[in-house]
Amino acid sequence: MSKSSKYLKIFAFTYLIFLYAPTLLLPIFSFNKSQIIAFPLTGFSFQWFEALLYQDALHDALKNSLIVAISSSILATILGTLASRATTRYDFKGKQASLTFILAPLILPEIIVGVSLLIVLIQLGITLNVWSVILGHTLLLTPFSIIIMNSAFNNLDLSLEEASMDLGENQFGTFYRVILPLVLPGIIASLLIGFTLSLDEFIIAFFLTGTDTTLPVYIWAQFRFPKKLPATMALGTILLIVSLMLLSLSEYFRRRSRMLEDSIHNKN
Amino acid sequence: MKFTFNNDTKKGWRLLSIPFIFSLLLLAAPLTMMFLLSFWTQDYLTLDKTFTFKNYIEAATQPVYKLLFTRSLIISLTATFFTVLLAFPMAYFISFHGGERKALWLFLITIPFWTSYLIRMFLWKVILGYNGVLNSFLIWLEMITEPLTFLLYNANAVVLALTHGWAPFAILPIFVSLEKIDRSLLEASTDLGDSAIDQFFRIILPLSAPGVIGAALIIFIPTVGDYITPKLVGGTDGLMIANMIQVQFSKANNAPLAAALSVSSLMIVSFISIVFVLFNRKYLRRY
Repeated sequence: MSKSSKYLKIFAFTYLIFLYAPTLLLPIFSFNKSQIIAFPLTGFSFQWFEALLYQDALHDALKNSLIVAISSSILATILGTLASRATTRYDFKGKQASLTFILAPLILPEIIVGVSLLIVLIQLGITLNVWSVILGHTLLLTPFSIIIMNSAFNNLDLSLEEASMDLGENQFGTFYRVILPLVLPGIIASLLIGFTLSLDEFIIAFFLTGTDTTLPVYIWAQFRFPKKLPATMALGTILLIVSLMLLSLSEYFRRRSRMLEDSIHNKN
Repeated sequence: MKFTFNNDTKKGWRLLSIPFIFSLLLLAAPLTMMFLLSFWTQDYLTLDKTFTFKNYIEAATQPVYKLLFTRSLIISLTATFFTVLLAFPMAYFISFHGGERKALWLFLITIPFWTSYLIRMFLWKVILGYNGVLNSFLIWLEMITEPLTFLLYNANAVVLALTHGWAPFAILPIFVSLEKIDRSLLEASTDLGDSAIDQFFRIILPLSAPGVIGAALIIFIPTVGDYITPKLVGGTDGLMIANMIQVQFSKANNAPLAAALSVSSLMIVSFISIVFVLFNRKYLRRY
């Protein structure tokens, strides 16, 4: 048994190296002096990060991406919270089928979602802009929000709600003063995860963006110019750091939500 | 406290209706529209709304589409197979030998996947390319004298990049299903004389099947329609159906054909997934 577990450990570490291989190259090449992305390295430099400061198209793309990511994560969290509350709290006919349908974008190939939305927008004669991307991303992010909110609502103690109603609060008051504070960490986690996923989403943005390029669509265009690649690597490094910060923040909130609920249970 | 059935239905639907209607408008309606469009034809910019099977006949008979469909399926199935094959021992290691550090291991696994998908796929090009990291490394080791050219721009490169790109989607569900296995079952089987191998095939593998099946579907369905990976590392021999759908939609100006190709891919993928689930339903139903 110990021998097999030793092999397993060797495998686990080798696999981990494989998983990290591309990501580890990212900072290496963004700090490398040479314009060519290859070994041997030529020296340490901040020039590619500096170059990002002078790309106006990048700044526009960043602005669009922030608008899209903020709006779609808020919309998706609202929709996800509603769907999750409905399905975790109440038992009713058609619940499972409609929930499965709302969760479908999680597994549908993104190109299908992108193409079908584009067809409708073209048929309706709607001009493509950030709003079309926001709608597409909201559709895509809602399932993620539902999954996060489900774990927040599932940990909720029903007796707290009943106590509040018994003490004379109406439904709205109960939701606003009892339920909402308890699931707030879940809501924040959903907003952060949604924001991060939207910031990185390419296919739907690629189809629906029109002239309002988002960050991934901008990066895609940069791949055609070998000269611009080191700066793109620098941009990728910054994005990775931002994503990891947002992820840690959302993990912190999810832990807090669990601790909050545990402390209530322990007092009982 | 249990509400009456009607009350629950009313309250539930009052909340669910908003996200449900949103999905109807932005998912069901577009998919229906795409389905309708696939029976129409387009000549440059004018759309002819007469019902016809022309696009489907073209999709089924033209060798190029047949080639792309088959290749997409083979690439996606191979990538799914290898992703699950590599993910299983990893998930097993974390679940059974992770000890106190399970959360840390899971965290370590997810970190690289918060690198932009586009940039990650592009970096595979940097690794596998002619002057790439792997070739430079092998030359430096003096294992080869000339750079290897078969690494990049083919179907294998797409499989490799996908196997990397979708790893956490396999590791996490398999890990969850392994965690659910009651450890006392393993003790019982050891006490009753099962060897480690017996135990693996008779208890661990069947009980973790839901996670494995879930992982396979989560990877297979979206990767058939992957656009980025084949475009970046596939070359001409590694292009997949999504790339053709995009070309028909934009450059070729043939939206109805693009719609027919999309509908066909969706049907093929659904068919394979349903057969796969039915084939494995004894593992899913038992627990």
